Amino acid sequence: MRPEDPRGRTHEVVVGLEIHVQLLTASKMFCGCATAFGAPPNTLVCPVCLGLPGSLPVLNRKAVGLGLRTAIALGCHVSPRSRFHRKNYYYPDLAKNYQISQYEYADHPPLATGGALEIQADGRPRRIAIRRVHLEEDTARLVHPPGEGGSSFSLVDYNRSGVPLMEIVTEPDLRSPAEARGFLNALRRLLQFAQVSTCRMEEGTLRCDANLSLRSPGGPPGVRTEVKNMNSVRAVERALAFEAARQHEVLARGEAVVQETRHWDERRGLTFASRSKEESEDYRYFPEPDLVPLDVDQAWVQAVRDALPELPAARRDRLIAAFGLSAYDADLVTATPEMAGFFEETVALGGSPKAVANWMLGPVASYLNEHDTDIDRIALSPARLVALLRLVDAGIVSGRTARDILVEMITRDQEPEAVVEAHGLRQISDETALRAVVDQVIAQNPGPAAEIRAGKARALAFLVGQVMRATGGRANPETINRLLQERLS
Amino acid sequence: MAIERATVLHVARLARLALTDEERERFAAQLARILEHCARLDATPIEGVPATSHVLPIVNVLREDAPEPSLPRDEVLAAAPAHAQGFFRVPRVLALE
Amino acid sequence: MPPGVWESARALRGAFASGTALPSQVVGAALERIAACDPLLHAFLHVDAERARQEALEWDRLYARAGGQADAGSLPALAGVPVAVKDNLCTRGVPTTCGSRILEGWIPPYDATVISRLRRAGAVILGKTNMDEFAMGSSTENSAFGPTRNPWDPGRVPGGSSGGSAAAVAAGCVPLALGSDTGGSIRQPAGFCGVVGLKPTYGRVSRYGLVAFASSLDQIGPFARDVADCALLLGVIAGHDPLDSTSADVAVPDFLEGAARGRDRIRLGVPAEAFGPGVDAAVAQAVRAALDTFQDLGLEVQEITLPTLDVALPAYYLIAPAEASSNLARYDGVRYGARDESDDLYEMVTRTRQRGFGAEVKRRIMLGTYALSAGYYEAFYIRAQKVRTLVARDFERAFAKVDIVVMPTSPTPPFAAGERVDDPLWMYLSDAFTIPVNLAGLPGLALPCGFSAGLPVGMQLVGRAFDEATLLWAGCAYQQATSWHLRRPPEA
Ligand SMILES: [Mg+2]
Ligand SMILES: [Zn+2]
Repeated sequence: MRPEDPRGRTHEVVVGLEIHVQLLTASKMFCGCATAFGAPPNTLVCPVCLGLPGSLPVLNRKAVGLGLRTAIALGCHVSPRSRFHRKNYYYPDLAKNYQISQYEYADHPPLATGGALEIQADGRPRRIAIRRVHLEEDTARLVHPPGEGGSSFSLVDYNRSGVPLMEIVTEPDLRSPAEARGFLNALRRLLQFAQVSTCRMEEGTLRCDANLSLRSPGGPPGVRTEVKNMNSVRAVERALAFEAARQHEVLARGEAVVQETRHWDERRGLTFASRSKEESEDYRYFPEPDLVPLDVDQAWVQAVRDALPELPAARRDRLIAAFGLSAYDADLVTATPEMAGFFEETVALGGSPKAVANWMLGPVASYLNEHDTDIDRIALSPARLVALLRLVDAGIVSGRTARDILVEMITRDQEPEAVVEAHGLRQISDETALRAVVDQVIAQNPGPAAEIRAGKARALAFLVGQVMRATGGRANPETINRLLQERLS
Repeated sequence: MAIERATVLHVARLARLALTDEERERFAAQLARILEHCARLDATPIEGVPATSHVLPIVNVLREDAPEPSLPRDEVLAAAPAHAQGFFRVPRVLALE
Repeated sequence: MPPGVWESARALRGAFASGTALPSQVVGAALERIAACDPLLHAFLHVDAERARQEALEWDRLYARAGGQADAGSLPALAGVPVAVKDNLCTRGVPTTCGSRILEGWIPPYDATVISRLRRAGAVILGKTNMDEFAMGSSTENSAFGPTRNPWDPGRVPGGSSGGSAAAVAAGCVPLALGSDTGGSIRQPAGFCGVVGLKPTYGRVSRYGLVAFASSLDQIGPFARDVADCALLLGVIAGHDPLDSTSADVAVPDFLEGAARGRDRIRLGVPAEAFGPGVDAAVAQAVRAALDTFQDLGLEVQEITLPTLDVALPAYYLIAPAEASSNLARYDGVRYGARDESDDLYEMVTRTRQRGFGAEVKRRIMLGTYALSAGYYEAFYIRAQKVRTLVARDFERAFAKVDIVVMPTSPTPPFAAGERVDDPLWMYLSDAFTIPVNLAGLPGLALPCGFSAGLPVGMQLVGRAFDEATLLWAGCAYQQATSWHLRRPPEA
């Protein structure tokens, strides 16, 4: 069993991340094709994104705006002039056999540089420096049909070719796989609140490669390996933990770590060295002659800053101040923009902040976890949650029943009242009816009844439970308690 | 200015050209001669001279983020040397799974 | 000889309007002329006869309906006029090969912007003209489908890479044609074939749909038999295009009207460097004679200097191949064009390119890949780009003193077929005076200014950026005073 976290060993883990996110635009980076997810193969293509002879790229203004928004949210320095370059290499997922990207050399800075993102590591704040943010185009999707040993051919879908992509590169500031996970979650949250990207790793709108090396404290940085093919935040953490342990063992054996690209195998839970795509990594970068320089003046930066959506930290603090939520609850409620929005809407409709928070972080959250889905993807509206809370406040349903009603509402896409009626879940508030049940239960359980009369209170809980069962949980526990005591004292 | 055989092979590989031996020899000689001519540039003083990648003074040419119709797939695949199930078809790409 | 083929586009347009000729007659005559000449010249790679005839008949009807000069004036500038276009311009539904095996049979699903503009102007596109493969060459001998011959002497080359368009216009197949010019590919063949050719200012004409050779140098431009027709066609294709980020949003004047208007104190500059040892005596003599004519017309002539003229060529032969090596990477047998099958991806791609590209294209891809590759980038590509800056500065200095720089279009008259194919460098030298103009992004007008042993000699007028008007004005003035442009090649 490999240790999940090699911290505390003689070597320090040094991790840097290279993150690609698809930008939330309606059309591609350099052409008018739509960016829809999951369209039939090769239906969202044109001369430009197919790299047909004679076609030329024209830059998408919205994509630049989202890049700038990210740069500002991360406190980066926006380059007054940046250029695009060609990264030349042959691969069937590259329509032109070069990728239009923003390379970085002397007088050619990328869109933005510097900046940082603060994360919580073991409860302590850590500042992770950002090296650069730049824009580029996505590649096509390759499909490898299965066959004995893989079939003899691969298939290419150019729908993804030219989709706007933003690359964010961190400095090697991360010190553990857990920190890498924390950084990814924080970055994803930031980009989601900034409405820059959906950041869904499972859909590939967020991808992460990592560089990892070991270093004896104070010593020089060791040889680093690049880890690819991680399809979830959890996978990134696991892959880095494996790789750290692997490198540690290599060093422990007195061998040297080889600088190479390694692929994470989710199923087998290990990384393996992969033959590099381009035998020689000579990309022959040069300025893209089909595009002109991109100048961003202070006015443009200010305009983007002014239009910046509320970011997670600000949202959290506002919820604390406005609704008196605990820092802990506020943090969870602002896990995603959808959660935060749902919370504020529900409160606006009259739900009490504390109750709404409890329900969202309790029953709703556990439903979402069980069904591995998101608040914006289920049939629960703020209005319905408020209606449910009202039923509880009015004592029409018990809190316990309400939890079942919630699940029913979501699965059947119904109003809470409808569920209550359909299953007759209305709480019995008529005491005469309830007394009858109580007498019946006492009659059926002479033993416990006698104990209570003898002053042994322990048995009371049992009888209460019996009454609850007999009423299908529709009775109010306090009332039952009182009636039993009346009868048995 | 001579170009080594190894360099010619490396460049041909980068450029995805399966040159014949005869071509390799000929190109090596011809490229050497052309580069010799290009060596004249070394005599031109260029200190402090900016590189011109583009003669136009234009910047910030941007299009609005408005989707436009794409090409009909049949027309797209009609040009493909090989296709299957709506995809372009290529010899197996080394898959990493 | 069938009627109309030697008329100017302006004359044809007038004849259609006045009803003295029908577009269908002229298009028919042009197609006959092609059928007669092309077996020898091989100026065309594809003739779209049926479609052309149909379109011409449609114009017959529209002129008939318009009836009479006045209403006919409402029809577009080239309504019913036959035109030929170089085969590196994408034409929807019509094969576009760039003179290469690797694009054999490829049919573009879209029109280049200049093609749309031609159609909107009413031009009837007869076909696609022959060219050096991917516009790499100066003789049209690098076409994968066989060379084009010079109408003035079938033993001579027509120049290149737009040799097909130049020969088609010179031979009276069409009054107008489009070519492309990266290092002289319009002006040098215009000079070799005794016709007029213009390389517009970089950014003046949209490159959208022009199959790229060297993106920072490529421009599309017109061929015609006189300067006025050249001005007419430039007016049709020029203008800003949102599909080309490098297309300039600059007003397009009425070139034809401007060429006729009177002008004074136009100063011509003559760079000593363009009349040095490498220049054929007859060529130098013809250009000097043209300068005398200009002086007689009242233009000032003064000596100027372009010190970097001789380093422009080496700079170009690093920059252009570097861009080309990247532009031509897309021909890999995956999405379109030819493919040499193999069940190994690398093998498929390398064999497809090995089989699909000719020697000159491979040579330049090798050169460009080398110039960009690690370790050489600074020494070659960056240095060349800095020299490019110096070349542009030389012209800026010149245009502080003069309005037009006059040079030969090329150092020699048309050379013999086969003479330079095995000596790339010698071939490249025939563009020594046109290449600097592309590096500086300036407009260059080539027009006939004499003959040497029965072969045309051309001169080149270079102007300030976006000042094609001054060049066209001077060219028109010259042709009103001379008759070189009225000579016709011998009938085969
Ligand atoms: Mg990238
Ligand atoms: Zn597209």
